[in-house]
Amino acid sequence: MCLVEALLTIMMIYLGRTIAALGVAGLFLFSGPSWTSAADEPIAAPSTYSLDQALNQLTSQDESIRDAAVRVVIEQGDESLVPRLEEVRAAVPRSSRQAIKQLMDLLKNRTKLTSPNSDVRRSAAADLGSAGNTLAIPWLDAAASKEPNKWVRYAMEESAAMLKLASGDPSIQTAAVEKLGELYSQNGVPAMKQLIEASAGAEATESQKMVAQAAGAAIKRIDTWGAWSNAIETIFRGISLSSILLIMSLGLAIVFGLMGVINMAHGELMMVGAYATFVTQQCFTAWFPSDVFDWYFPVALPVAFLAAAATGLLLEATVIRFLYGRPLETLLATWGVSLVLMQAARVYFGDLTAVVAPGALRGGVQVLVGVYLPYNRIFIIALSIVCVLGIYFTLFKSNLGLRVRAVTQNRNMSACLGIPTRKVDSYTFAFGSGLAGIAGWALTMVGNVDPGLGQNYIVDAFMVVVTGGVGKLAGTIVASLGIGGLNKLIEPSFGAVYGKVFILVMVILFLQWRPSGLFAMKGRDAD
Amino acid sequence: METKKPNEASPPVKADPAAENETGPSRRELLVKGGKVAAGIGVAALLGNLGNWALSYAADKEPIKIGILHSLSGTMAISEVSLRDTVMMAVEEINAKGGVMGRMIKPVVVDPASNWDLFAEKAKQLLLQDKVAVTFGCWTSVSRKSVLPVFEKNNGLLFYPVQYEGEECSRNVFYTGAAPNQQAVPAVDYLMSKEGGGFTKFYLLGTDYVYPRTTNKILRAMLLAKKVPADRIMEEYTPFHHQDYQTICGKLKKFAAGGGAAVISTINGDSNVPFYKEFANQGLRAEDAPIMAFSVAEDELRGMDTSALVGHLAAWNYYQSVDTPQNKKFVADFKAYCKKNNLPDGEKRVTDDPIEAAYFGVYIWKQAVEKAASTEVDKVRKAVYGSKFLAPGGEIMMDAANHHTYRPVLIGEILADGQFKVVSRSPGLVKPEPWSEYTNPDKGCDWVGHQGTYQK
Repeated sequence: MCLVEALLTIMMIYLGRTIAALGVAGLFLFSGPSWTSAADEPIAAPSTYSLDQALNQLTSQDESIRDAAVRVVIEQGDESLVPRLEEVRAAVPRSSRQAIKQLMDLLKNRTKLTSPNSDVRRSAAADLGSAGNTLAIPWLDAAASKEPNKWVRYAMEESAAMLKLASGDPSIQTAAVEKLGELYSQNGVPAMKQLIEASAGAEATESQKMVAQAAGAAIKRIDTWGAWSNAIETIFRGISLSSILLIMSLGLAIVFGLMGVINMAHGELMMVGAYATFVTQQCFTAWFPSDVFDWYFPVALPVAFLAAAATGLLLEATVIRFLYGRPLETLLATWGVSLVLMQAARVYFGDLTAVVAPGALRGGVQVLVGVYLPYNRIFIIALSIVCVLGIYFTLFKSNLGLRVRAVTQNRNMSACLGIPTRKVDSYTFAFGSGLAGIAGWALTMVGNVDPGLGQNYIVDAFMVVVTGGVGKLAGTIVASLGIGGLNKLIEPSFGAVYGKVFILVMVILFLQWRPSGLFAMKGRDAD
Repeated sequence: METKKPNEASPPVKADPAAENETGPSRRELLVKGGKVAAGIGVAALLGNLGNWALSYAADKEPIKIGILHSLSGTMAISEVSLRDTVMMAVEEINAKGGVMGRMIKPVVVDPASNWDLFAEKAKQLLLQDKVAVTFGCWTSVSRKSVLPVFEKNNGLLFYPVQYEGEECSRNVFYTGAAPNQQAVPAVDYLMSKEGGGFTKFYLLGTDYVYPRTTNKILRAMLLAKKVPADRIMEEYTPFHHQDYQTICGKLKKFAAGGGAAVISTINGDSNVPFYKEFANQGLRAEDAPIMAFSVAEDELRGMDTSALVGHLAAWNYYQSVDTPQNKKFVADFKAYCKKNNLPDGEKRVTDDPIEAAYFGVYIWKQAVEKAASTEVDKVRKAVYGSKFLAPGGEIMMDAANHHTYRPVLIGEILADGQFKVVSRSPGLVKPEPWSEYTNPDKGCDWVGHQGTYQK
């Protein structure tokens, strides 16, 4: 009785397995007899397998059979196989799942190498390089020879060379090492270091040592280049940070520098600009077709400028005009206004305020090996230059600018000459506020839009204006370049926290030495 | 609050004499009508009184006061307001089902305004002036540290719903968020595993304050214990509100060259967007070096442009996407609650880990009060030990002695819609360890067998 049951159970299991194998493979029986047939078939000539057979053998417990199957699948398969692999994967235990996942990635990336999108091609090349399967070398070589884009070709060649490092043949390895050196490939350094380590062992062969020597030379070459690219990137970062500092200080340079108003709400005017950008974006998503979505960003520029300028005008008319010449009261009053504006933004907008960068400003451009310049930063650098030029022409070449300068130099005399000083004051303040709005607009590209946005920048902005010398446009420019550049010079070695501390200490010491800043006002009106 | 709607209970006092006054001799019809109205109102008043009486019978004692101590203004408001809403929702649910032991819960909401000193002050006010039975509150570690002495001195009870750095074992706090061994440590374990990608280099990046510093101290000790060479671990901090991640992303790119590198991010708040944006803009991809974040949840993702974050990872104990029937109901209820009460963003609101922890915290307390048949802190505390609750994300359990919570650990991948796809789930619940085995192997936390923190 018991025996019969046991026998039945065994038969059932056997039957179950057979059915399961049938279900997965459809063709190939996975039970007893097929084992022998798999063994009989020469593994050395796997091309005689059909793809289906190979797919089935992926789940084999025998490693050599599995490897042969993997090879067949890679040689004969393409991306269309992925769904079927997915099926096989679902049916096997976790350990072999991992292997099948790699196989699927390999096939997917192989297809992606010929994608029309250069970013996809590049990603695929990088993935194949890091996946470490030497079967991908011929694909990468073939793709590289046809590749029109310089940097995609670079990625393909780099990946191919990295895979070749793993091949046992010293001559191929030497060639790969030299190639990596030529490419200044940072990615290849860890693998080459391993080669050198391997050659240091006692049982290392002569050829291994040759490879290691070549690798040492290549690493040296790469490191030299790395230092250069690092220097270039640091300079760019310095300029980029300076441009951000400059763009947010420009408005303050006018309001604080020329008019002498300590406007603590200046940061919140930036916030107004940023929220104006956000609102414009929301309008575009709500009312316009999605293919013109990216145009929200240029449209938001005048919106941000006008919104901030209007807020500034209102602020001037209701608060600041009563407090001219009383800096302490102005400071307190505007600080109160800034708190009100912040909480208002928090209450009204909440936190659903992501600004999506327009497609043209996403990503970056690679100019040299290892030097990657983000578009949004290039854009802000250009914008800050445009703004400086704009302010220069407004202040020094236009009628309004002449009046502004006259009023700030000698209010009474200007009034006697018939300049409406009240109006000039409000226009100047509105102009400065509008510039803050533009800064807020630009900052949505690097940061986020939140009520605390102004607070993050206001201290830096005051620091730049004071260091540069109150009332001097040139001082603001030089100070932002100095502070931004110095910050980025210090940061790599001391970290962001101490970088900031150093800058603050330096500014304090500098102001002890030159209290009126870099470009001090000279002459009778410098009081 | 009391004059909500003119319901049947309140008008009769005024209406009754008015109706009688109208019974002048002018017209008979009016008299009849007036009489009818008066009678109707009288009946209604009686019913209303009956209802009131029934209610007051059910709640013969006054309602139980609980405190809600979350910042409703200032920098932390963005995160903490959601927790206030959650606790209010739980209270409403409990009250709708008859309250706790037949007594209604009356929440006392205070606003510590993201100001750490004010936290202590408001906590004092809740405990001494309002005499609340329990407080639900705090988000940042510094706010918790600031109220801790107040709760300990006055023997209050605080339910703290956010994941934190551990190394704390207070008799007056129940921690419903994750301890380090329920979030940070398993997340790094996952990254090192074959399934998680077998990463060998780790860049620990955080905002410069107590949570990231302590977490990274634990993680560094753990990585060293797992034979990761010290030169493959980088640690870096940025000031609060840091916006310029150019240099750090440049360093990261170099660190990640050759593959096998992962970023462990404890960056907090508004620095996340600039960081992820810069990361993507410098040509780095999630495939080159995934960022595993401990402070980015659904509620934060709501306000971000997620395009730069897709494919990166996070570690939590709950996600809105967790597929359980009670979670579906919880998410729907939360959205409905926000919509009904006209809270900002209404139906677009999402749930996340701290929200879930804040929610079940209220229920754990309710269960404990019912078990202890008292709201007295000492009795409630004992009743909390070892209690279980079917939370939205699955059943959780309070530890029998260390005031923390057994929870599952889930690794999630960020999707474009700001939700998470769970890529790994711990088998069962993970026991909370406030003292990490890597940094403080000799310490333990136990309020039953020992007096809090003890030497093993």
